[in-house]
Amino acid sequence: MDFAIQFIINVLSLGGAYALMALGLVLVYGILKLVNFAYGELIMVAGYTLHLVGGSPLPWLVMAAVAVVMAMVAGLATDYVAFRPVRAKSVTAVLITSFAFSKLLQNAALLFISPRPRSVPLPEIFSQSVMIAGTPTPMRDIITIVAAVLLLGLFAFLMQKTVLGIAMRAAATNFTMARMLGVPANLIISSAFAISGLLAGVVGILWIGRIGTVAPAIGLEPLLIAFIACVIGGMRSLQGAVLGGFILALIDTTLNYTLSQDLLKFRDAFTFSLVILILLWRPEGLMKGPASGQRT
Amino acid sequence: MQRNLLTFLILGALIVAAALLAEFMGIRLYERIATTMFVSMILVLGLQVFMGNSGILSFAHIGFMGVGAYTSAVLSIPDRMKGMALPDLYPILENVQLSPYLTILIGGLVAALVAAALSYPLMRLSDAAAVITSFALLVVLHTVLTHWSAVTNGPRTLFGIPEATSLWLACGVALAALIGAMAFKESRAGQLLRASRDDEVAAAAIGVNITRLRWVGFILAALFAGIGGALWGHFVTSFSPRAFYLKETFLILSMLVIGGANTVTGAVIGTLIVTFAYEALRSVEAGINEAGFMPQQVIGLTEIVLALAMIAVLSLRPGGLFPAREIGTLLTLKRKTGGKSP
Repeated sequence: MDFAIQFIINVLSLGGAYALMALGLVLVYGILKLVNFAYGELIMVAGYTLHLVGGSPLPWLVMAAVAVVMAMVAGLATDYVAFRPVRAKSVTAVLITSFAFSKLLQNAALLFISPRPRSVPLPEIFSQSVMIAGTPTPMRDIITIVAAVLLLGLFAFLMQKTVLGIAMRAAATNFTMARMLGVPANLIISSAFAISGLLAGVVGILWIGRIGTVAPAIGLEPLLIAFIACVIGGMRSLQGAVLGGFILALIDTTLNYTLSQDLLKFRDAFTFSLVILILLWRPEGLMKGPASGQRT
Repeated sequence: MQRNLLTFLILGALIVAAALLAEFMGIRLYERIATTMFVSMILVLGLQVFMGNSGILSFAHIGFMGVGAYTSAVLSIPDRMKGMALPDLYPILENVQLSPYLTILIGGLVAALVAAALSYPLMRLSDAAAVITSFALLVVLHTVLTHWSAVTNGPRTLFGIPEATSLWLACGVALAALIGAMAFKESRAGQLLRASRDDEVAAAAIGVNITRLRWVGFILAALFAGIGGALWGHFVTSFSPRAFYLKETFLILSMLVIGGANTVTGAVIGTLIVTFAYEALRSVEAGINEAGFMPQQVIGLTEIVLALAMIAVLSLRPGGLFPAREIGTLLTLKRKTGGKSP
């Protein structure tokens, strides 16, 4: 019983974080067909902002909010630097610019801050744990689950009920038609990048809350997770991204519990091989989503 | 044909000129830079073979470089070093000690075999899914290299690899890679592959087996990468798996993208330009560090400039410096139009 609870909480908290990461990536991909390699660096930006404002007397929640806002700003910067100049050109060009932008941000952190990990301020609650049905559970897992539920709910509301959400879904389905019907393209694209940055920022804080430090290469692992989750779930479907996040968490947690110590080192290799297999079976991912129209 | 010959002559001359220059400057550092540049060129040409002809971006390339480097190293480390360098090596391999020149070739072949075994199904994918799976493949290869302690000494540095790569060996292999890349581009397979790059549906409609052709291109690219990796291993004589990951991928990719991924000319010129810029920036970085202008060590400046250059090239000239035509074609075209105009 203890074991089951521990397992479920692990899957839910990891899955929640993974789902949010994947959602931010798919949101941009759905509308723009842009695989955003600089997405992981948004998490890095949030982390370093938290580190830099760490010395100030502000309450922690305000610092976290500043970090999230900075991640959103970095998201918008991705739009202006990596996407707008090349968006009319090939998919590959867009891909490579986002890769270059990611390297740019990473090396800027190396150059201007430090190659070594820096600590971030965290409230005490992140290191406490509570007893749930006799199992000690870290509070940060609970926080992650709550944050994921809240954000996913908010996101669903935004996409289903608001004008912006409807316009974004229209743009993802058929960008040209959406434009003809008067959806302002640039506004939609900027909003997508901003929301993507918001999700990355929140996930970044939760992610860094597990480690306690931030380093220039910190974005790689979340980026890989987000990639994999949305490839499993389906690159075109927002529900798919969430599903993919939870499936990936299930796979990871199961491997953690079942693989022997020797094989555990190769966990990433197993996970990624599984992803390749899933893609071979269903190249579109598990959920198909709307047929994509042409990007402008 | 004449155009291709002209292209080969010009590019070959550039390569040989670079080697001669490095040799006669008589500065050891320049020789090392030139050798590294030829290794990069082999890798970039390999990436061009796949990416240029199929139009699909591959991130896995550097992984195959690692496979080649480790294969060649394990087979050629001298007996007396093996116990120290690779304490957990499988008994079958313990007494193997082949000539590095042979193992460089074997390294390439093993990389090609690994690519052949892993990649056939992946070639069905296009666009974003293809890129992400190739990224996944790089992570898989990197994870295996980092943790397969018996063969790679784990994440630690592998040492004791015999030195075999000289400036002229690297130069010669770069010339061979140039011929290989050009021959593949002009071969039937290469032409059909390029047709599929320009219009996948139309190419499939005339009966092109796209998956198979991409596979052939991918294997050839891995062969180049494996040989390049093995050459590099026998040049630096000690390395760790960290050498075969994203930083290296970024460098090779920037060379190809800045030069122009669709042409062999782009691959060669891109390598020359980026190597030159990279070394110049590195010495600037070292200069700043020595003079102590900044409170801490300056690192990452080189990559920042490279990233900016890539973004600039892609927004101003998305196909790179040589987007569509080889240099031989460009020159003959110019001469013709020059003759016509009064």
